[in-house]
Amino acid sequence: MSTPDYHIKSYCRISNGKISKNGEVLFSDDSEEFPAFIKAAYKHFETDYSKFFKMDNLSKLAFIGAEVLLKDNNEENTALVLSNSASSLDTDRKHQNAISDQSGAYASPAVFVYTLPNICMGEISIRHKLYSENSFFIFAEFNPHLLSDYANDLLETGQANEVLCGWVDYDKGKYDAFLYVIAKKGLLPFDTGELTKLYRTK
Amino acid sequence: MSELKLELKEKIIEQLNLEDVSVDEIADTDPLFGEGLGLDSIDALELIVMLDKDYGIRLADPKEGRKIFESIDTMAAYITANRTN
Repeated sequence: MSTPDYHIKSYCRISNGKISKNGEVLFSDDSEEFPAFIKAAYKHFETDYSKFFKMDNLSKLAFIGAEVLLKDNNEENTALVLSNSASSLDTDRKHQNAISDQSGAYASPAVFVYTLPNICMGEISIRHKLYSENSFFIFAEFNPHLLSDYANDLLETGQANEVLCGWVDYDKGKYDAFLYVIAKKGLLPFDTGELTKLYRTK
Repeated sequence: MSELKLELKEKIIEQLNLEDVSVDEIADTDPLFGEGLGLDSIDALELIVMLDKDYGIRLADPKEGRKIFESIDTMAAYITANRTN
């Protein structure tokens, strides 16, 4: 399906130890563990935001993806429409382990606040001062059709001027992110076939 | 008391994930919230949990934390006076 009035303005892929923007690799790292990889990326992009280190892994992944795309993007009315398969399960599990430990039984407030997947959009909104619409969907796999319909509706009804969409999935050390900005003008046609192709290019 | 203050600084850095802060950079009188270390409301909850877990102090009213957590000095004084372990 094609929506010719809009375009893919930019896109970011984070997987397999690499971070790319518009097909160009910006950062790669051999770290096998996600925390080391994403921390190295944070340093590489010279991000000065100490709250990054308090985030859970899903939020760190989404934050860096958004940083790549929104750092020099001045559109304030950018909606966020993200999705994944694992929801916040990785952090949910940490919280569950803490509260089911009968010997200690101390839940961490700092862990508990990340037991929802949409918190990562809150982190992006705070960082980029966005007061825009946002939604988070759980799919079995990347679903460009529904995300495109939703983004199109936001743009057509004037609820957003641009939309940061995509897939940001983290569980048990495995990570996969594909984020893209939909706008009036851009690099590529806003087309679900194109999105699927870009997503599969790891 | 100085040992306790050092211990508190180390715990705060570790448990609150203050990645770019070292023990030497936290003065005993520095405000922990606001312009000092810049801790937030979730950090305050973590500190309340830490008082309970590590020092056996349960705050009956979380609002008490405002004075207790003003600085390392005030935290150390409160813990010294009220700790049960």
